[in-house]
Amino acid sequence: MNPSDQTDRRSFLKMVAAGAITTTVLMVYRPESSAKAEGASSVPIPGDGGASKLKHDYAYVIRIDRCNGSGACVRACSAENNVPEGLFRTWIERYVKTGEGIYVDSPNGGMNGFAEVKDNFKEEALSSWFVPKLCNHCRNPPCVQVCPVGATFASEEGFVLIDDKHCIGCAACVHGCPYGSRFMNHETGVADKCTWCYHRVKRGQQPACVEACPTGARLFGDLNDPESEVTKLFAEDEWLVLKPEMHTESYCFYVGLPREVI
Amino acid sequence: MEHPLPNHSINNFIFGNEAEIPWSFMIVIYPYITGLIAGAFVVSSLYHVFKLKAFAGIARFSLVVAFCFGIFAGFPLLIHLLQPTRAFNIFITPHFTAAMSVFGYVYASYMLLLTTEIWLVYRGFFVEKARETNRFIWKVLTLGVTDYTPESAKIDRRLINFLAGIGIPAAFTLHGYVGFIFGSIKAIAWWATPLQPIIFLMSAVASGIAMILLMYTVLTIRRRGERCDADLVRKLATCLWIAFLLAFTLEMLEVGYAYFEQGHHWSLIGPLLRGPLHESYVVAQIGILSLPPIVLLGFVTLVKMPRLLTIFLANLCALLIAAQVLFMRYNVVIGGQMISKSDRGFVEFHWEWGGREGAAMAIAIMILPFIFYAVLSRFIPVLGEAHPAEPVRSGDDRLEEKRPPAG
Repeated sequence: MNPSDQTDRRSFLKMVAAGAITTTVLMVYRPESSAKAEGASSVPIPGDGGASKLKHDYAYVIRIDRCNGSGACVRACSAENNVPEGLFRTWIERYVKTGEGIYVDSPNGGMNGFAEVKDNFKEEALSSWFVPKLCNHCRNPPCVQVCPVGATFASEEGFVLIDDKHCIGCAACVHGCPYGSRFMNHETGVADKCTWCYHRVKRGQQPACVEACPTGARLFGDLNDPESEVTKLFAEDEWLVLKPEMHTESYCFYVGLPREVI
Repeated sequence: MEHPLPNHSINNFIFGNEAEIPWSFMIVIYPYITGLIAGAFVVSSLYHVFKLKAFAGIARFSLVVAFCFGIFAGFPLLIHLLQPTRAFNIFITPHFTAAMSVFGYVYASYMLLLTTEIWLVYRGFFVEKARETNRFIWKVLTLGVTDYTPESAKIDRRLINFLAGIGIPAAFTLHGYVGFIFGSIKAIAWWATPLQPIIFLMSAVASGIAMILLMYTVLTIRRRGERCDADLVRKLATCLWIAFLLAFTLEMLEVGYAYFEQGHHWSLIGPLLRGPLHESYVVAQIGILSLPPIVLLGFVTLVKMPRLLTIFLANLCALLIAAQVLFMRYNVVIGGQMISKSDRGFVEFHWEWGGREGAAMAIAIMILPFIFYAVLSRFIPVLGEAHPAEPVRSGDDRLEEKRPPAG
């Protein structure tokens, strides 16, 4: 081997090693002041979103055992919010569990109630229940994340809303929502969904669906109000959310939710 | 018994708001067009960046084709929007947590780069025309600089090489990001995979090469004085084979992985592929449009065959692959939306001919780039002898060999 080659290789390897060490040191080293500043930042509590410091921290609770599928809530919502026919800001699903599998239906969103299940299901049915659904007003909302122009946004009090003067109508949010709560409103030309009746709540009223529910299956309230029924149910910690694997921090809490519900 | 529907469902249940599939044909052809741009640009870069002389004859042509598709890439998006007059909001108020928000910037910057590169390639021609004809339009195209020396040609060539170099990551960003938009939507199992950007990218490169091969053959096979260069076609076919093998492998890897995992994804994708997507995915995309071209392109690449047979087989495969990628876009975009978020059923896709998002509109938009090319090629030389301004003959030692005629 040529000695000069060896020297070259040695110095080359030295250079590579020196470069690698320098890069590592530069990447790892942090000035003391910046490390301190980072450590001092507060860690948000999951599910809280810092909202408890606010005047209001709204949440929605659904009691599965109380829903009788009357459809009064769907009708009230539709009338209150001019929801186009065939589309729903809230809807009710009927689940029938049989030995063969799960039967689910929601004729016209359950707006007109539910006809009796077919005869063949009656004998096979092991259990049956109704599940009201609506926008979950997530604290980590994927619909807000994917909106390319920031037309959909989350308010500090927990409402996920749409600025219909800014929405470009691309439907990205419809795909982003794992719950099927959003739709494109062809009458207004923008995305649409439940607002928890923001306009009513701001006037001190309850959302239309909550007010119309004849059995008290739907509850809406402020988690900062210790006397609110929502707060009490929430404190019992018996609730579940839909699709928890999506990690959206849903603020619609279901009490008595069977595991078959998706 | 295996249920044909997911999650032990005994009836096809979809949410009330899912009756309509919001992303229709416009969103199918949008990634197809951007893919063609990326692929065509790669072909031009094979010469401009990687100095592969074999592709010198189509480097400029590929660039112009990429430009023609680029001009119309935004059309389907604009037509798709329910509020097209607010489209500019994406520039004014981009919401950077959304991948889609950067579309305006990515697209605009790429088109700027492409336009600049083409302008530099044709600058000498524009100057010559401006001097010859003294017409206003040519003068405008020279941007007022009618002095064109060998030194300035050399600088132009360096700039072209530089732009072609950064153009590759730019073209890849333009298209890879389309895959990212789909891949990052966790709510749709058929889309949500980190492989999506690279799958989109590789199939884009394949579709672009296929389109260049088809257009080159169609344009030269009947040109007087020029013959379709079978060697060039064969080399393009080799590139197509490699790109498509990679694209197809990645596509199969994604599905194969989901199948092997037998998890949540497969609980939805399995019934989708056995059910509503069976014909368009399993039969058409995989069976008819993927496997035959892989085998045939292998023959074209590895077996020496007569000139006409080479050209015929290469074009047949290019056509199949161009269709495969279109089917792939359809199967991804529409297929993903077919899976109901109820996880217990499938949404039917009711496509229509007319209407804003109909098939007729999609076909019309797909034809526009070809019309634009036909018009453009009447005014500027695209195929055939390169102009002295092109880097082929601009004095680079490595490239001094004169570009062979296109035939």
